Amino acid sequence: MLNRKYIPILVTFGLLAAMFAAGSFRYTGFFSAQVLYNLLIDNSFLIITAVGMTFVIISGGIDLSVGSVIALTTMLCASLVEQQGWSPAVVIPMVLILGSLFGTLMGAIIHYFKIQPFIVTLAGMFLARGVCYIISINTITVTNGFFTKVAQTKVILPGGNISINVIIALALVLAAIFLAHYTRFGRNVYAIGGSEQSALLMGLPVARTKILVYAFSGFCSALAGVVFTFYMLSGYGLHAMGLELDTIAAVVIGGTLLTGGVGYIAGTFIGVLIQGVIQTIISFEGTLSSWWTKIVIGLLLFVFILFQRLLSERRITLKT
Amino acid sequence: MGGKLYRHHLFWPVTVLGALLLFNLIYSPDFFSLVIRGGNLYGSLIDILNFGAPLILVSIGMTLVIATGGIDLSVGSIVAISGAMACLTISKGTDQSSFLLVIGAVGASIILSVVLGMWNGALVTITRIQPIIATLILMVAGRGIAQLITSGQIITVSNSNYEYIGAGSLAALPFSIFIVAAALLIASLLTRRTAIGLFIESVGSNPEASRLAGLRSKTVILTVYIFCGLCAGVAGLILSSNVSSADGNNAGLWYELDAILAVVIGGTSLNGGRFYLMGTVIGALIIQTLTTTIYMIGVPPEITLVVKAFVVLAVCLIQSEAFRKTLITRWKKRNYPAEQEVTRHA
Repeated sequence: MLNRKYIPILVTFGLLAAMFAAGSFRYTGFFSAQVLYNLLIDNSFLIITAVGMTFVIISGGIDLSVGSVIALTTMLCASLVEQQGWSPAVVIPMVLILGSLFGTLMGAIIHYFKIQPFIVTLAGMFLARGVCYIISINTITVTNGFFTKVAQTKVILPGGNISINVIIALALVLAAIFLAHYTRFGRNVYAIGGSEQSALLMGLPVARTKILVYAFSGFCSALAGVVFTFYMLSGYGLHAMGLELDTIAAVVIGGTLLTGGVGYIAGTFIGVLIQGVIQTIISFEGTLSSWWTKIVIGLLLFVFILFQRLLSERRITLKT
Repeated sequence: MGGKLYRHHLFWPVTVLGALLLFNLIYSPDFFSLVIRGGNLYGSLIDILNFGAPLILVSIGMTLVIATGGIDLSVGSIVAISGAMACLTISKGTDQSSFLLVIGAVGASIILSVVLGMWNGALVTITRIQPIIATLILMVAGRGIAQLITSGQIITVSNSNYEYIGAGSLAALPFSIFIVAAALLIASLLTRRTAIGLFIESVGSNPEASRLAGLRSKTVILTVYIFCGLCAGVAGLILSSNVSSADGNNAGLWYELDAILAVVIGGTSLNGGRFYLMGTVIGALIIQTLTTTIYMIGVPPEITLVVKAFVVLAVCLIQSEAFRKTLITRWKKRNYPAEQEVTRHA
């Protein structure tokens, strides 16, 4: 018998399959491996961000700073490599560390001073976006050999090709699944999301785990920023505007509860792909304008949340 | 007396606002000067009130929602939809300058924003979805709807009656200030002179207990979301009429964040329960004053966000009990080790 807790994730996957099938029947050329690969190529940075966000949301928090950290990372990469002439081998590890430190700082403020994550990460969002504009208000194009080489490298797969970004994103997803389900840290995150008080009374390292969760999210955002630089080959303060919302929407569509304690990395992965499929369908349709994406994602959010609600209510009635 | 003043809920917000104004006074003395030109008052203070009006309005609605333990992320989208709706109605009218057309446009926008508020409220009460997600739906979809209404373009209108809402003046003051004052007056009277305020605080502290005590929790919550939608709708009218155009993409962008910030700076806890309308108004004024100050002292506008980040953090840290305690213990440890010893053994 199937475990009940996997039902939301299966429904999400079913929806993805149904949407892909519908697209394949309706448009010629939709059903191909390359369309599927393009989904991954165009959304690899979103997948990476959403993985970090999933951990934060499972722990019962929220991170609004992800979009601006991505923008800041693209800006740092572009300006250090292009204008200061630093080597990418120094810049990339440095921005990853900076992203993690930024997350750690926010996590520490949230935990030790007991300020709402919403407000602290909001301040983080303003700060990172502002620093971008201090560096430069213009786009900085990246022409560095290493960056262009990574951006242009194609990995040949049956039926098409993918970029290095996809490999980074998939590796991170696998690592995150391992982290969430097979390590002590992962279990602590779920425990804190379920009930911070109980986790504390059980003697779990609440402070360390909470701060690490935000550090991990900061790391993921910075990594997404590096991937975004490969993808766009530029640094710009307006990059990834409003990405935090897309990320949260993907996490929720993937079956993670915003109350914390429940959720899967795999679900988030599918959630991002669903958003990608919507965009692909709209671009295949041609006559539909881009704002329909937002309306459809809003509708999907509504349907999904309602569905989760019904499911959790049935679970409660079954128990009693 | 000093202790009492210190404990007053408006102490920190007013101090911050005072400090900002003091800084302006020192930095540029003509900050406080008011000039009468063409029968209207002009000056930085009037600007702050005028440009801050929509934010104050949205924040008032947000305060009540947060007081019930909820949150409304969709206000920015409602601002955009309302402005788009009004401008579309006017641009479709036969007689562009007619007064009735403006009444119709304003009516349509207000009805639409009430319906949107009701949608949020219904999601929270009937389907019992967490407020932050329930309103996230409209926040995401609402931007799309606003762009749908304007067909992704900026609708420009020229109607002097419509312009009056956001750019007109009454008794030498901008008309928008009076709209905000009226909204504030109504909200304060309803919440402080009738039992509604108590209902809201009670629902915010514990909805289940309130229901058992015979309170219609759901009606209270629904009303609060409708009021918030209405406030956002009127704010959208002010914003769009001020520039005589509607931009589905950028109107009211980040308003939800600024409004929530204003509420938090004003001392209302995001956990629900106690709420302070005056605190919120001061919070919104702090945000607006900060923006004006940054522009005035000639800091490049790019740095606005960085300054804002630090102010937000500073205000929240000052208000955090944990942070104040840490500071005080640090300070005491450094200066009076003996006293520390005494209190520990007492």
